[in-house]
Amino acid sequence: MGLTPRPEPTTATYDPKSQEGWVTTKLDFLVNWGRANSLWPMPFGTACCAIEFMATAASQFDLARFGMERMAFSPRQADVLICAGRVPFKLAPVIRRIWQQMPQPKWCISMGACASTGGMFDNYAVVQGIDTIIPVDVYVPGCPPRPEGLLYGIMMLQQKVMRERSADSSLRQEMEPDPDSQLYIPPSAINELSEPFGNSVQQQRSGL
Amino acid sequence: MSTPFTPVSPGSALPGPPSVPATLRNVPHRGGDVNPSAEALRQKFGSAVQRVDVVWGETTVVVDRARVQDIVRWLHDDASQQYDYLSDVTAVEFRDLEQPIEVVWHLRSLPFRRFLRLKALLEKGTPLEVPSVFPIYKGADWLERECYDMFGIRFAGHPDLRRILMWEQYKEGFPLRKDFPLRGRFSRAEQLRQALAANPEARYSMEELSIADAFEDLPQDMRTRIRSGEKTGE
Amino acid sequence: MATIKRTVEVELSTTGLDPQGRPMRTPLVTATDGSQVAVQAPPALEPELEGEHMLINLGPQHPATHGVLRLVLELDGETVVRCIPHIGYLHCGFEKIGEYRQYNQIIPWTDREDYLNSMGNNVAFALGAERLFGIDITERCTVLRVISMELSRIMSHVVWLGTFCIDIGAFTPFLWLFQERENIYDLLERWVGARLTTSATRVGGMAADIPTGWTDALETFLARFPRTLNEVDRVLTKNGIWVGRTVGLGAMSADEALNYGLSGPMLRASGVAYDVRKDFPYLDYETYEFDVPVGSSGDVYDRFLVRFEEMRQSVRILQQAVRRLPDGPINVDDHRVILPPKSKATSEMESMIHHFKQVMEGPRPPVGECYVPVESPKGEKGYYMVSDGTPKPVRWRIRPPSYVNLSAISKMVEGHLLSDVIAINASIDIVMGEIDR
Repeated sequence: MGLTPRPEPTTATYDPKSQEGWVTTKLDFLVNWGRANSLWPMPFGTACCAIEFMATAASQFDLARFGMERMAFSPRQADVLICAGRVPFKLAPVIRRIWQQMPQPKWCISMGACASTGGMFDNYAVVQGIDTIIPVDVYVPGCPPRPEGLLYGIMMLQQKVMRERSADSSLRQEMEPDPDSQLYIPPSAINELSEPFGNSVQQQRSGL
Repeated sequence: MSTPFTPVSPGSALPGPPSVPATLRNVPHRGGDVNPSAEALRQKFGSAVQRVDVVWGETTVVVDRARVQDIVRWLHDDASQQYDYLSDVTAVEFRDLEQPIEVVWHLRSLPFRRFLRLKALLEKGTPLEVPSVFPIYKGADWLERECYDMFGIRFAGHPDLRRILMWEQYKEGFPLRKDFPLRGRFSRAEQLRQALAANPEARYSMEELSIADAFEDLPQDMRTRIRSGEKTGE
Repeated sequence: MATIKRTVEVELSTTGLDPQGRPMRTPLVTATDGSQVAVQAPPALEPELEGEHMLINLGPQHPATHGVLRLVLELDGETVVRCIPHIGYLHCGFEKIGEYRQYNQIIPWTDREDYLNSMGNNVAFALGAERLFGIDITERCTVLRVISMELSRIMSHVVWLGTFCIDIGAFTPFLWLFQERENIYDLLERWVGARLTTSATRVGGMAADIPTGWTDALETFLARFPRTLNEVDRVLTKNGIWVGRTVGLGAMSADEALNYGLSGPMLRASGVAYDVRKDFPYLDYETYEFDVPVGSSGDVYDRFLVRFEEMRQSVRILQQAVRRLPDGPINVDDHRVILPPKSKATSEMESMIHHFKQVMEGPRPPVGECYVPVESPKGEKGYYMVSDGTPKPVRWRIRPPSYVNLSAISKMVEGHLLSDVIAINASIDIVMGEIDR
């Protein structure tokens, strides 16, 4: 399959056949500008990344200049879920429930290596990336990422928000797996795909 | 708020003027100073004390697993021992699967400034049970629960021995055992599926439910099972 | 009949419903002979005012629980009748992973476990591993480790105090204190390259020596930091709201505290002067002049005072340590554990072999076990390591002070109000990474 070229972030793409007119484009811009510059974060902070998140919110790096100083600890009032820290399996239903409680429009930033891929915790207890549970928009690598790194991730999310179009109906859909679709993989096949492979069941590399 | 009080000071039972202990240096691998409590235990409990080792300056006393509670109670209550502080309760399983599982208690006597390690050996093939020291030290509550969660060792006499770190219906086993693989027994997808199905907040223990109105919010089959006396959790 | 009233057992009946449509409850009371007797339920005139207890769930996602802690509170109005804590929401299998890593490879995990006190954990682990290997470290390394532990103590207490203030409702000290933490981050970044997860020690020494000018930067910090402490002191210590919100809460007597296994500032606030640095010293702490603050009543206010004073004492220790920092090698000269310098490893055969063995297999300690406790900001912390002669430990046990401290919370919050639960929880100074590991 070919790779579609990514739209440049600074230029707006214009499709002549789209239904967008001047008013909707300006309205889109206004709505996106408002959303992007007042993303109320829901800090789902678990571990060390949460401390760096707090440092980003403190005076030296200051999230308030991005409009994000109002931490929404209730998911009902939040825009972006920042998952900062490792998520063990026991916490998985909790983060799923929090995500489901957030009203649209909502985005997710996965902060740190542990939230993005499981990080250094490749073991029985840690979810190997929260994108197995909730849809993620921006991944911020680092262990923990520096506050500048998190701010870069937030700015990337702001650019993503600015590129949204109200005519795009695929944006706010939350999809459940559809057994009738051609892309559906049954659970047994997924199990096979996610079995520990190679010698990782024995976890021995040098025989010790 | 400014009433005079005397703080409890460690080392108060040591004879002589208050001494300042020093940082240990050149600690020998084996054969250092034995903790006097080891000899006192031998005299008091005789054959229940199976072995005394001194490794890296720390005295380890291996005791008979059935007498653990008596021994710990004596160490706590006796005026010449006064082990008033339980530092840790844990277990060790060796890679050589023939070796027994060792349950380890770290005891500290603040008045005498002493540290003692007690061990009980649980041979493989015997039931993994030891007496609990919760009646003596309240701090053993969670420490023993964690030992159960990670190793499957039951502590007889513990009031509420349930899993503490993993969720209560965790099916994969006891994680710190050596036959438990690092990444777990199930595939990642299966682990995630089981974790999402667990939903820990919907499960309250019976004592939590008995007061709340939450009972009627439970699904019907769960209500019938609880009413018929089934314990929630594990 | 003499009865012991237990609110645990309740007989539920769905056939009889009360006027609100809820199933009728028949309280079962346990008589002294152990049998259970059904007693007449009190008349349900106005059930809402009757004092029915409410069960609420605090967490696991909550701004004020300092991590993913779930407290199930049984409330009678606003008063907590019972509190049942649930933990494990951050259990990441540290101890299991430790069995699959060489000793130097475990050090990054010690950072992430108590992440507020990462240097302190690194030092604690290195002390335990060095005892297991039978190595005594150099003078310079000893003093540098004291510096790292005390800086780490200040870092941890600063976060604790900042978040404690937020829980009580004061936001400003959080910003002041976090700026101080940024200053320490600058120092750490100059030394080891990382702000939070430092991995600064190695078995037998440190990862790197301090750069030139680092001690001057540290002395500048030590000159400015007490001013911030004084500011926070002026704002909080005699503040009517602060005192009113913290005095008398969650008091633990000395005997209870000892029996529950509390350690650190929690134990010292209850009147027991147990500090591992004084009673089972390490890193030559007996040669430094410092005091150990001890509280009298064991309530939240005393814990606040104890930790606050500990920060001042840490500054005192740091000033002494900086003055006495000797020159000399930082790593012990033992080829079994310390990598040879690059110039030797690439030119001498023997050094190359040592380098190879250490990198591929890892240093092998003799068979044995050891437990070296240190005084972490949370309490008595130690790593119990069991070795069977292989480069990877058989068992790596973390003795978590916050875990044992938190187990006392159900005792501490009984009878207090809901907002006091937050204050008491904050005063324990929990770090879920250490509790759940």
